[in-house]
Amino acid sequence: MNTSMYQSKAFKAYLCGFFLSLLLTLFAWFIVWRHVSSGHVVYSHLFIRISIVACAVIQMLIQFVFFLHLGREKKPRWNLHVLLAAIGVIIILVLGSIWIMDNLNYNMMNITPSQADSAF
Amino acid sequence: MTKISMLQNEIQKETETSLLGFWIYMMTDCIVFASLFAVFIVLRNNTAGGKAGSDLFSLSFILTETIILLTSSFTSGLALLAAQRSHLKQTVIWLCTTGLLGTSFLILELHEFTKLDHSGNSWRGSAFLSSYFTLVGTHGLHITIGLLWLFATLGYLYKKGLNEVSVRRITMFSIFWHFLDIVWIFIFSVVYLLGVI
Amino acid sequence: MIISLFSSTSVPSTDRLVLFFGQAMVVGAALLIALALVYFKKVGWLWKNWLTSLDHKKIGIMYLVVAGVMLLRGLADTVLLRFQQATSVGASQGIISSNHYQQIFTAHGTMMIFFVAMGLVFGIINLILPLQIGSRDVAFPLLNNLSFWMYAAGAILINLSLVFGGEFAATGWLAYPPLSELQFSPGVGVDYWIWSIQIAGIGTLLSGINFITTILTKRAPGMSMMKMPVFVWSVLAAMTLVAAAFPILTVTLVLLTLDRTIGTHFFTTAGGGNAMMYVNLIWAWGHPEVYILILPAFGIYSEIVATFSRKRLFGYTSMVYAILAITGLSFVVWLHHFFTMGAGANVNAFFGIMTMVIAIPTGLKVFNWLFTMYRGRINFASPMIWFIGFVITFSIGGAAGVMLGVPPIDFQLHNTLFLVAHFHTMIIGGALFGYFAGIAYWFPKVFGFKLDEKLGKIAAYLWIAGLICAFTPLYILGLMGATRRLDHYDASLGWQGLFIVAGVGVVIILAGVAVQFMMFYLAIKNRKKNLDTTGDPWNGRTLEWSTTSPAPVYNFAIIPTVSDRDEFFRRKQLGGILPRRKYAAIVMPNNSSFGFFMAGWALMFAFSVIWHYPPTMIVALLGVIGTFIVRTFDDTTTHIIPAAEIEAIENKRAGALV
Repeated sequence: MNTSMYQSKAFKAYLCGFFLSLLLTLFAWFIVWRHVSSGHVVYSHLFIRISIVACAVIQMLIQFVFFLHLGREKKPRWNLHVLLAAIGVIIILVLGSIWIMDNLNYNMMNITPSQADSAF
Repeated sequence: MTKISMLQNEIQKETETSLLGFWIYMMTDCIVFASLFAVFIVLRNNTAGGKAGSDLFSLSFILTETIILLTSSFTSGLALLAAQRSHLKQTVIWLCTTGLLGTSFLILELHEFTKLDHSGNSWRGSAFLSSYFTLVGTHGLHITIGLLWLFATLGYLYKKGLNEVSVRRITMFSIFWHFLDIVWIFIFSVVYLLGVI
Repeated sequence: MIISLFSSTSVPSTDRLVLFFGQAMVVGAALLIALALVYFKKVGWLWKNWLTSLDHKKIGIMYLVVAGVMLLRGLADTVLLRFQQATSVGASQGIISSNHYQQIFTAHGTMMIFFVAMGLVFGIINLILPLQIGSRDVAFPLLNNLSFWMYAAGAILINLSLVFGGEFAATGWLAYPPLSELQFSPGVGVDYWIWSIQIAGIGTLLSGINFITTILTKRAPGMSMMKMPVFVWSVLAAMTLVAAAFPILTVTLVLLTLDRTIGTHFFTTAGGGNAMMYVNLIWAWGHPEVYILILPAFGIYSEIVATFSRKRLFGYTSMVYAILAITGLSFVVWLHHFFTMGAGANVNAFFGIMTMVIAIPTGLKVFNWLFTMYRGRINFASPMIWFIGFVITFSIGGAAGVMLGVPPIDFQLHNTLFLVAHFHTMIIGGALFGYFAGIAYWFPKVFGFKLDEKLGKIAAYLWIAGLICAFTPLYILGLMGATRRLDHYDASLGWQGLFIVAGVGVVIILAGVAVQFMMFYLAIKNRKKNLDTTGDPWNGRTLEWSTTSPAPVYNFAIIPTVSDRDEFFRRKQLGGILPRRKYAAIVMPNNSSFGFFMAGWALMFAFSVIWHYPPTMIVALLGVIGTFIVRTFDDTTTHIIPAAEIEAIENKRAGALV
């Protein structure tokens, strides 16, 4: 207890993570706020979607590293392995479900005509 | 080896095992949320002629909630830091701060839910609303359980102080709380931000 | 005449007799057991030595007992179903009504999968896993006990549906909406279905976390991942699937519950609900579930074939990679359960191809087992008979599965008896035979005396013959166009003969069950004559055979250091008995009633939701929270076994190799 905990590397990591997360939150929010206030014209739909998702994913990674200290544990690093497996399952489940259900909606005509035009 | 030191030794060996087990549990909890996200995304446009996200969500309100929760995630990390360095008073201060911020978040969320219900947009309104209430509500339920956990932890700290077991439990709590904020990042982005554009 | 408390729908007179027998059976059995315990003054003994025990060996036995009882219940359903299909032709309506028939096949599937197969899986894993990795217990003994009680609570709940309400879901074992929604199933049946598997499912999930942590952290020193027995690898894979898939089941059941209780519109026909999403999610769980059932059986076969061929397992590395491949692939095939739901060609093609691909690592394993047998000195003990039966029936069922994996073929065969024959041959021929083989193999280790081998072989032959006789007709009927879940059909179809043959097959299986009963009864009666004194009755290869039979409460007085696969066999080759050693005291967990009470609260909560009674719901929730907090404040959860006591126990052994 020689140094105060507020001078430790660990504290700096938490602080750094906090500010980066705050930044990404505000950035994503600001883009949407600007788009909505301008009457949905100032950005393209695709750009906004990608920005929002990218900000979310980056902020998640930031919190993994700075808050959850991922990748810094000693071998055999089961936490990291288990997390990667879970992320794999989540991607398959979510993207797979979206693909399947969209496909089903199209073929089962469970959608409006305008939705049919944008289905893949 | 004396009896006390034998039992102490066991408790220390248990920490590594317990933390891995809790982490794996946390992964299964993430899959629970992933399923709810899948349902929300699939049903997001099934408004049955009623209101959609863009009609119901307030951008400033959601930013307030998000910053409160993010800050509480940060303070939970500080509580763990203090506990690892055996600073009992600092631990309690940061845990209480986390609790207050978490409670504020919960109150705001309950306020939003009540407003929606009273304006005729409850979970019974459409598949979209059902998914919204369930996804966000499940997150809120986890926050509630976390706050109960926090309260019990403070009680344990009051009775037994900072020992191997309490530090282990605060570690698990902070993992839990961090993950709740990470899930909220996606709720914020997918439900609210993508919902209003 | 009906003990039907709180009955929510009326029961037609044709079904009353059958229902009454069912109720009498459940109530009678429960009363009989309770009275016997009190009369023989064994309640305290049962509580202290079994119900509150955290010992994985005791918990494993309790799982197997419950699974055995549920197997009998499931078989009772089987007899009713087969009899109905063999007799309900043309003018005859058989012995039960359509609605009752639907409840019976729903209960049959639910019980067999969740309470028989899963019970066998977790029972055997509990008994053997810690011993095979050289550990004293699983990572979380308290959680282990809780998992058992959650499983038992689910089993109790599904039996209670007969007594309180007299009704079960009539929707099929996966209860698709909209049929399972309130509009079309207003009674309590579907709610009983939901909560019995929801509670059991939470127990399973906790076990999954427990066993993964156990395998990753509690292996004996020197046992690297690639030195673990293949059974351990199969358990790791299966438990990974549990952890990944069961959360999906939990969520899906909750969503259906919300639809049925608070008026949400996830899967309803009104309000924009999408019933197809339920089918999608339930099978995203359902497909990994069948691999959870089969992978440990594959692991058991690997142990058995190597031991009884007196040869090391062929192709250890490829076996491990095959298990990992099956595990990964099992996540990208789930749509093959609903090819006919209307997805387009791209989607169906992708999942069809993935389904066929997953047959490859499975086939590799079968070949490796056969190559292990080649040039071995084979001992055709009963476990090997089960294995041979598996190879024959599972291969046929598997080939049928590859056929079904081709979407155009599936369009003809989906939901026909061909499908029913496929999955029964897979689950019975693959999983059940594996668990029977495992029980025959490890029984001496668990109980300290051997089973009658002759009766064991007869039982195996009867089951194999019965399985083939019961399901070959169903493959043919399916190809002829017979739909599943039929309770009546036209005489002009000419199907009755085949249904009667199938019925005969069930009778042969029942004969096999009777022989198994006799086998257990005689083994227990003659146990003193058939003691396993060495701990190694089969000349085994892995660490569990190095302990006494049964193992002492702490498993290993000294945790062994491992240097190779088949470590125990290696040590036997080097010969000799280790000299007397110095023992250290061991810390062991105390008994606990935590699991019993938590599961009790869960049961109370479920019952309250089913019958829409909020006061006891709240009591149950408070009970859960309270019991949990009390436990977290408890510091006296372990005790020490002194070194002197360990030395006394160990010295009673003839000699030790470990």
